[in-house]
Amino acid sequence: MIAYLGRRLIQSLLILLGVSLITFALLYLLPADPVRQIAGRSATPQTVENIRQQLGLDQPFVIQYWRYLTRLISGDLGRSYIQRSEVTELIVSRLPASLLLMVGAILCELLIGLSMGLIAAVKRGTATDQTLMVASFVGVSAPQFVVGLLLLYVFAVRLSWFPIGGYGTWRHLVLPSLTMGILGAGWYARMMRSSMIDVLRQDYVRTARAKGLARRAILFRHALPNAILPVIAMIGIDIGIFMGGIVVVESVFGWPGIGQLAWQAIQRVDIPIIMGVTLVSAFAIVLGNLLADIIAPFIDPRIKLR
Amino acid sequence: MKKFLASTVAASALALMLGMTSALAEDTIDPNAKQGGEIIATYKDDVTTLDPAIGYDWQNWSMIKSLFDGLMDYEPGTTNLKPDLAESYEISPDGKTFTFKLRHGVKFHNGREMTADDVKYSLDRVTNPKTQSPGAGFFGSIKGYDDVAAGKAESLSGVTVVDPYTVKFELTRPDATFLHVMAINFSHVVPKEEVEKYGADFGKHPVGTGAFKLAEWTLGQRIVFVRNPDYWHKGLPHLDKITFEVGQEPIVALLRMQKGEIDLPLDSIPPAKFQEVMADPEQKARVVEGGQLHTGYITMNTTMAPFDNVKVRQAVNMAINKARIVQIVNNRAVPANQPLPPSMPGYDKEFKGYPYDVAKAKALLAEAGHPDGFDTQLFAMNTDPNPRIAQAIQQDLAAIGIKASIQALAQANVIAAGGDKAGAPMIWSGGMGWIADFPDPSNFYGPILGCAGAVPGGWNWSWYCNKDLDAKAAEADSITDPAKSEERNKMWSGIYDKIMEDAPWAPVFNEQRFTMKSARMGGADNLYVDPVHVFVNYDNVYVKDVQ
Repeated sequence: MIAYLGRRLIQSLLILLGVSLITFALLYLLPADPVRQIAGRSATPQTVENIRQQLGLDQPFVIQYWRYLTRLISGDLGRSYIQRSEVTELIVSRLPASLLLMVGAILCELLIGLSMGLIAAVKRGTATDQTLMVASFVGVSAPQFVVGLLLLYVFAVRLSWFPIGGYGTWRHLVLPSLTMGILGAGWYARMMRSSMIDVLRQDYVRTARAKGLARRAILFRHALPNAILPVIAMIGIDIGIFMGGIVVVESVFGWPGIGQLAWQAIQRVDIPIIMGVTLVSAFAIVLGNLLADIIAPFIDPRIKLR
Repeated sequence: MKKFLASTVAASALALMLGMTSALAEDTIDPNAKQGGEIIATYKDDVTTLDPAIGYDWQNWSMIKSLFDGLMDYEPGTTNLKPDLAESYEISPDGKTFTFKLRHGVKFHNGREMTADDVKYSLDRVTNPKTQSPGAGFFGSIKGYDDVAAGKAESLSGVTVVDPYTVKFELTRPDATFLHVMAINFSHVVPKEEVEKYGADFGKHPVGTGAFKLAEWTLGQRIVFVRNPDYWHKGLPHLDKITFEVGQEPIVALLRMQKGEIDLPLDSIPPAKFQEVMADPEQKARVVEGGQLHTGYITMNTTMAPFDNVKVRQAVNMAINKARIVQIVNNRAVPANQPLPPSMPGYDKEFKGYPYDVAKAKALLAEAGHPDGFDTQLFAMNTDPNPRIAQAIQQDLAAIGIKASIQALAQANVIAAGGDKAGAPMIWSGGMGWIADFPDPSNFYGPILGCAGAVPGGWNWSWYCNKDLDAKAAEADSITDPAKSEERNKMWSGIYDKIMEDAPWAPVFNEQRFTMKSARMGGADNLYVDPVHVFVNYDNVYVKDVQ
């Protein structure tokens, strides 16, 4: 276990290093010049050069990357070119909102996806099953930008059940979580359905039925705990998908998370923020996968860590 | 980045100038204005900074103006200069020395009185290269600027504190635009002790002398301004509190306004909703329209074949159907025929420009040796409506045989291509188009059409450099005699007319600003499309539903 953890940690660090190198290189190769953005249009070439020197952007790539890395090790992500604030501060101030949205989204996708999958498995082959599967297909394929605006229009503007965008109370959380969760719910519904159908065919389920257990008891006490295992293992991987989704969803709902921060930074070529958000996202994904792998044997004894 | 200020009658400024002491101009306060109340405004993007030395986008420009003051300002909703923190000023007969008398008893938000030392400190700070101010270049005419810019001096030798309420500026050349420069945000006065306390984070903890104070800044969520009870201008501001909610998509902001949740959706009305809003009398009544000091244009790289031939450039000017392009932007613009926008002094009303004439354009191309046209590239920003406009230009060019492939890129990449001599044959300026920093005709020349801008990394994307015109421009800007302001404007008209003969640009349109406001908002319409405050003059607007 310890050896496994050690190996995985080293792997994770290498992945993060790789991500930082690739992102840094891509941003370095961008034809856009961040110094021009800072200096503004009335700047003389001398001013532009001064700023370039102050930011160390006149140095060769290797030196720039090395400087970034050494500062990174001490936890310094640099200062935003446009906002002039510490990137760490900007990210830290927005991280809670993104995490909250992620928790909301996971709850939504589990709640919707698992119940849809369960019902479809039990009613296998019926019209209910087919309707649910079509719905899950729509959920998987609908673009989040459209889903978000649609939900806003119906539930916030027309019905006034929820506020129109913003952040603060649990009511603000519902629609963005739902928008993020619908995509995952589609996947979970399909996985849950097939996993459940599989389990329901097992001998022990037949035995339980033979000894006269109530249908409800069979489903919830015997079948569900087994069927849900492969699904739970997916949540770690979900974090990667969420990181992509928050950029869109946070923008639609005015949710003050790191996705929105990243989107605005990309539009303004604010390299320190883009780097920072990319690294934090990569860290979250690596951590999510690591946790999923570590937790897996505890919920499913058939899995062993090597 | 940039997007700025606005129009004026420079004449009114100049009339006050030169050896005369200005009259003390107190602006009248709207007698219908009600005191008190709160409003909510929204923005899509986070506010970057509220440091007057740094902030240079259309979003923070108006906010900074309400937190800070400069020596000069403009009458609300207009482009007429008036003294602000200065009580009066005096200009030497040679136009090279400006002396400002400061108001007594003006206090910073921290309670300390503002004095001439603060004015000097603020200018030393904005010109210091360590500040990395995008506005440093505006102060180039002040004596000692070059030494400060080069890092050889910490302080501008041309700015002298005569006594706590008098500050004197010596210039290296007569500068007809200097009073405007004293009104732009970059020259706004900041307190040294607060700047030193917060360092690079001063932009998040702004302390000025303005009508409002910053009460709260929750990153990514909201910024709250509250009324400054000690504001030197008695009776202002009218509002007690303004909450700026950020991160609101324009379409969502519009829905919220329709429900009465917010008062000012400050991003422009989303194109998809514009027709709907304008077709509904109730919503249309809440829209205020105003001219901007903006021109959208196509640059042609005059150093690149075949655009090095003036006939080709003229042919392009005649090939563009501007009326159709204006329709593409929902008529939120007016067709342009010269670099200056109509509300700018020096705009030549008599100038007819190039007519839309496909046959003549083809003939000109043939004369230039391209009877069958040629292949080229048109760069444009990749955000709506720019790709659609680029397509319209592409079709217009195809009609005379020019096959232009469109390069739709992110703003920064287009700017980079334009600043590279071999980068872009043609650029549609949309999304990056020039908006004047202050209402003076010179503001459309130097960086975008003068030789100074035709350098790597410059903004003169047509790489047009006419030494004669550079000399004429310098001559015009040295005319500080108010009696000759008309002559100065005429000289500028002449410069732009000559530019149009050489046709490095095809001017396409001048944008109009449309601001929406809730029914409870009061105050003159021009306060919502203020050409200088870009766009809302928060100090002077009010709400009608307070007791």
